[in-house]
Amino acid sequence: MSPRSANSTASAAPVESRPVRVDSNAVETIDLGRVEVIRVLDEKGRVVDASVEPDLPDAELLRIYRGMVRSRRFDQRMLAMQRQGEMGTFAPGLGQEATQIGQVYPMRPSDWYSPSYRSIGAQVWRGWTMEQLLLLWAGYFEGFAIPEVANELPFSIVIGSHVPVATGVAMGIKVRKDDAVVVTNFGDGASSQGVVAEAFNFAAVYKAPIVFIVESNGWAISTPLEKQSGNTVLAARGVGFGIPAVRVDGNDVLGMIAACSRAIDHARGGGGPYLVEAVTYRMSLHTTADDPKVYRKDDEVKAWEGKCPILRFESYLKSRELLDDDAIAQINEEIEAEVIAARDRFRELAVARPEEIFDFVYEQLPEELREQKAEYLERLKRKGVQ
Amino acid sequence: MPQLTMVEALNLALGESMAADDRVCIMGEDVGVNGGVFRVTKGLLERFGADRVLDTPLAEDSIIGTAVGMAVYGLKPVAEIQFSGFTMQAFDQIEQNMARLRNRSRSRYPISMVMRAPYGGGIRAVEHHSESREAYWAHTPGLKVVIPSGPRNARALLAASIADPDPVVFYEPKAVYRAFREEVSESPETMEIGKAQIVRPGGDVTLIGYGAMMRPVLEAADDLVEEHGIDVEVIDLLSIKPMDTETLVESVSRTGRCVVVHEGPRMCGIAAEIIARLNEHAFEYLLAPIRRVTGFDIHFPYFQVEKHYLPDSDSIVVAVKETMQWT
Repeated sequence: MSPRSANSTASAAPVESRPVRVDSNAVETIDLGRVEVIRVLDEKGRVVDASVEPDLPDAELLRIYRGMVRSRRFDQRMLAMQRQGEMGTFAPGLGQEATQIGQVYPMRPSDWYSPSYRSIGAQVWRGWTMEQLLLLWAGYFEGFAIPEVANELPFSIVIGSHVPVATGVAMGIKVRKDDAVVVTNFGDGASSQGVVAEAFNFAAVYKAPIVFIVESNGWAISTPLEKQSGNTVLAARGVGFGIPAVRVDGNDVLGMIAACSRAIDHARGGGGPYLVEAVTYRMSLHTTADDPKVYRKDDEVKAWEGKCPILRFESYLKSRELLDDDAIAQINEEIEAEVIAARDRFRELAVARPEEIFDFVYEQLPEELREQKAEYLERLKRKGVQ
Repeated sequence: MPQLTMVEALNLALGESMAADDRVCIMGEDVGVNGGVFRVTKGLLERFGADRVLDTPLAEDSIIGTAVGMAVYGLKPVAEIQFSGFTMQAFDQIEQNMARLRNRSRSRYPISMVMRAPYGGGIRAVEHHSESREAYWAHTPGLKVVIPSGPRNARALLAASIADPDPVVFYEPKAVYRAFREEVSESPETMEIGKAQIVRPGGDVTLIGYGAMMRPVLEAADDLVEEHGIDVEVIDLLSIKPMDTETLVESVSRTGRCVVVHEGPRMCGIAAEIIARLNEHAFEYLLAPIRRVTGFDIHFPYFQVEKHYLPDSDSIVVAVKETMQWT
């Protein structure tokens, strides 16, 4: 049995945890509760739990579908561009499209999104243009300009290090008594970082309006989940911190939307933080500098191909007569054209600005940095760069 | 005109800044009900309420990380780390986010916040309570580093640090916290960050120090003037980063001699940077090699012997006299 199938929601049973007696001196038993598992669609796209099925108009369902297709098409284009030397190292999100779109779909633009770096599809949904993300991953600093349309935080590269900052934003919202919420995501690898646990605790203590989404995709580069965590049900951590938590089939976009809507409503309503564990699978590479063949078996990947979030949602939409094969082909064609257009705009915009590297370090350049900048500009001049 | 200790002066600055700007928040371990272990935040919870004075869980890394998030949201947090030795727990968030988030967001999110921490030896403390590692933060792009030496400049510099649009590491010489009182003006006072002060003009040799070292430095200067007839110019650095190169260079260009004092370890310490700058900008005026009197490159010793480790006026006098022997 592959490591992932052992813990996947494919087995679908709620995860029971038994009351535990702490030690012989304990006067009370502690009920660690049970982790609720949410799933709307099974792997064939059939509704298995209508009670949590989001009630969405047809047009919205199709918009969600397009978001997932855009995520995948863009990812594939970036990979091709990287292989041709046009893109730097990046982290593909293949297979995590439902997790990605499902977590941002219930957000308002005024809410704050603090993603990890494997969130390109979600960032596009939130308003980052594709050409800008191409710039970013191709090593152009302009790519980091935050879009004005939404409250976006830039991802940080050190795993989990953005999570306390996201929590601080939520604390700020609470201090100001505003009604925004923060959604932040990170992977199963990040769940091992002490600062992520600290952030859970801070959020719980201050009842900060934040939703923690742990995208449990099975692998942190070459380290499988069961080497990452003694309890592979990461939602169970919520209990210890006093944070309500739910486990959701991350390849079921309707399940993700159901879980994240509930979590966001809870946070917005003053209930404090919420933890959503999205069980998914990293179908592709850790980053383009990675070769998963070294550490995982093809069989495992193949098994997850059958759980493809896009195919599953397509089946559902077909069953509701919102899609047919022609429409799928047409949507894919349209989105591919969008991606190509973005790539072309990126190629026009891809001009490095070596003179600006000093310009965002401080509000005003201190004298000692003005001198260093002058020295650097001299260097550029000597090299004929401008 | 009240006579205040440094603790009282810092408390005054915090209260004034919070009253003037409702974005200013205080956070840290025991800063609320307890008023801080050194009482710097005493009474602020009662005045400003629990939304603006946050007692935090015991986790330095996330005190800084969440303070950064609050700054992203437009607040101006003043985060206290109980002792500067514990800032090592927060190195991650200081380096990853406090210092970098402005740049990473191309200035969309300026991080206007202060990390306050008492630093330095001389209070007979246990391990990790006497460190002087300001050089770490001086080495970190994106930060400013400020160290006051007395009640009056502590009050003015803390007000300036809170108002500053960039993240400031504000190290408080805890050996000075209650060591003496100083007259502090009734009305709010501020000082420009990045400026050193000539606190005693002189013509023979420039003596540079900061923070808790200003007391032995000034004591040594008195001794040198009175007992040895050496006319010492004393500079209080006040701002480690940015560093006021101009004042240092101007002074040493006049005196031709210089001794730099700090209590942190010598290797890559602040003195090394000062000497490098003087080499670059005042080399032709130098009459003697620049000396440094600093902590040694060892762990801060247990407190029964700390008085021997810390630079004192005697060791400074010796260094200055040696410098004067060069002709």
